[in-house]
Amino acid sequence: MTISAEPRHLDARYDVLVVGAGPAGMAAAIGAREMGADSVLLVDRERDPGGILLQCIHSGFGLHAFKEEITGPEYAERFFEQVLDHEVDVLTDAFVMDVTAERRVKLMSPSVGVTTVDAGAVVLAMGARERTRGAIHIPGDRPSGVMTAGLAQKMVNLEGYLPGRRAVILGSGDIGLIMARRLTLEGVEVVGVFELLAHPSGLGRNIVQCLEDFDIPLHLSTTVVGIHGRDRLERLTVAPVDDQRQPLMDRAWDVDCDTLLLSIGLIPDAELARDLGARMDPLTGGPMVSSTMETSLPGVFAAGNVVHVNDLADWVSQEARVAGEAAGALSTGRMRPLEDIRLLPGDNVGYVVPHTISSDHTQTVSFRVRKPIYGDTQLRLGEVHRRKLKAAVPAEMITIKVGPHLLEGFTGDALRVDAVPFDAEADAPSDAVGGER
Amino acid sequence: MADSTTETAVYLCTGCPLGCRLEVDAVAGDVIEVRGHTCKRGERYGRQEYLDPRRPLSTTVWVRGARVARLPVRSAESVPRDRLVEVAEALRGVCVDAPVRRGQVVLADVAGTGVDVIASRSLEPVG
Ligand SMILES: Cc1cc2nc3c(=O)[nH]c(=O)nc-3n(C[C@H](O)[C@H](O)[C@H](O)COP(=O)(O)OP(=O)(O)OC[C@H]3O[C@@H](n4cnc5c(N)ncnc54)[C@H](O)[C@@H]3O)c2cc1C
Ligand code: SF4
Repeated sequence: MTISAEPRHLDARYDVLVVGAGPAGMAAAIGAREMGADSVLLVDRERDPGGILLQCIHSGFGLHAFKEEITGPEYAERFFEQVLDHEVDVLTDAFVMDVTAERRVKLMSPSVGVTTVDAGAVVLAMGARERTRGAIHIPGDRPSGVMTAGLAQKMVNLEGYLPGRRAVILGSGDIGLIMARRLTLEGVEVVGVFELLAHPSGLGRNIVQCLEDFDIPLHLSTTVVGIHGRDRLERLTVAPVDDQRQPLMDRAWDVDCDTLLLSIGLIPDAELARDLGARMDPLTGGPMVSSTMETSLPGVFAAGNVVHVNDLADWVSQEARVAGEAAGALSTGRMRPLEDIRLLPGDNVGYVVPHTISSDHTQTVSFRVRKPIYGDTQLRLGEVHRRKLKAAVPAEMITIKVGPHLLEGFTGDALRVDAVPFDAEADAPSDAVGGER
Repeated sequence: MADSTTETAVYLCTGCPLGCRLEVDAVAGDVIEVRGHTCKRGERYGRQEYLDPRRPLSTTVWVRGARVARLPVRSAESVPRDRLVEVAEALRGVCVDAPVRRGQVVLADVAGTGVDVIASRSLEPVG
């Protein structure tokens, strides 16, 4: 099977056009075809489909989608084979410049120039980008050697050069942890990982496999307060922080290094959605979506990291499949489900996706907690559902399946999602209006 | 090994992102009980982690004649944890020629571990 991606031809109109060929876009394209869309175009600005997966060479993908643990490139390739099996047209090296509410898509590529394509439905799957130094205001010089962890990942894994010889990582997000191991394996000395918060923001498995296995120290409640170096980074000043996250300068110390990788989070790459006038969620930075991942603009769907930053590509694929199926169904003239229940983030919940749900079908609701709870956690969906979790940490997205049976007797128009320590729950006065066992 | 005293080791299961906290009881080097797992994989992990910790290894090698400079590779099975760096070093000088098929063996029996290293990606030749 060849994985080169040249469109057989480029039509002026497609039933469904998907922007971005990462795990979200690929799954959406497959879903659209399976729900009856006759013509589907998958567009990506990169030369190869796969999105961020191509640089995620570590294993940890596919446990749900393929029932085995594989690497990012393998996940991408296996998915792309399915895309080709589903007779999706693929156009790579093509940048989508603009999408209108009428679903006219303007794209630019060396092979077709600037072209406009009309689509019955559009799925936005542009992924996320990393927060950069500007997002955290570290004082000091601006030498080279300071970059995001994802950029370093691309450099090392695709282009084949090392960012430096002695590295420090700021932020304990998964990408940073993974890069700590990656650089160590490439012979770069990783001096330590510094995290402002009192808890790591990456997954526990990555703390074990990427730091502890290699004796790389993790300094919690500590941050970088100074960057020094004229042309190249030479030294950092780091300091512990108090409860208010203020650095304790009298306890600051210097660390010699030539590389600083920032792993301080991702934000949805949602410009196209914003420009389009889709209603945005300030909590996620992505567009608001219905249970079928439709934005506030009819026929424009969104899925994957462009909606909210996921930790597992497998979830991205699942969510995007829903979007693609709905886009495919819409393009063949099928009705959308009645969506009349809003979801609201409640106690200790940072965000909830989707923003509305329907009592007509089963949907997956995803959310993240704001503060970690290392122990029994009570999860509540309004008064209609309760579940006890072993723990709830921001690093891990939590999902609830919400089907018609849960919503049967529900007559309100909004449900709150809460995740609180279990004991507090028991102590809290019950304001249940009945129906709860 | 301590005679019949039970030794308890605590691990974070890396079997999946849930990250269950495992307690492994062992007597004289034999695992007698694993607790804290949510699924069977966790039990196996706890036992393995105590007796012979292993990790999957991913790295990249040079590739000639493809559109990218590096080919992602991984160990076909996990390798001993304490030999990860050594295995990565053994792969550092390796260079393969495009085309490459996903799953193709890039280096057999890497560093004498008995484990093969395979390509994680297919790459077409360019030109
Ligand atoms: C460093 C890192 C490590 C990770 N580790 C794991 C892991 O161990 N296990 C796991 O399951 N998940 C992991 N993830 C998460 C997972 O990879 C992501 O959640 C997933 O890739 C998101 O998929 P996506 O399709 O939404 O976005 P992406 O994969 O980012 O794909 C978006 C695509 O859209 C394209 N695009 C964007 N804008 C345009 C435009 N205007 N025109 C055309 N194309 C455009 C981009 O080129 C890109 O190909 C990791 C992520 C990162 C960044
Ligand atoms: S015990 Fe099972 S559920 Fe828990 S982390 Fe391990 S593999 Fe995951």
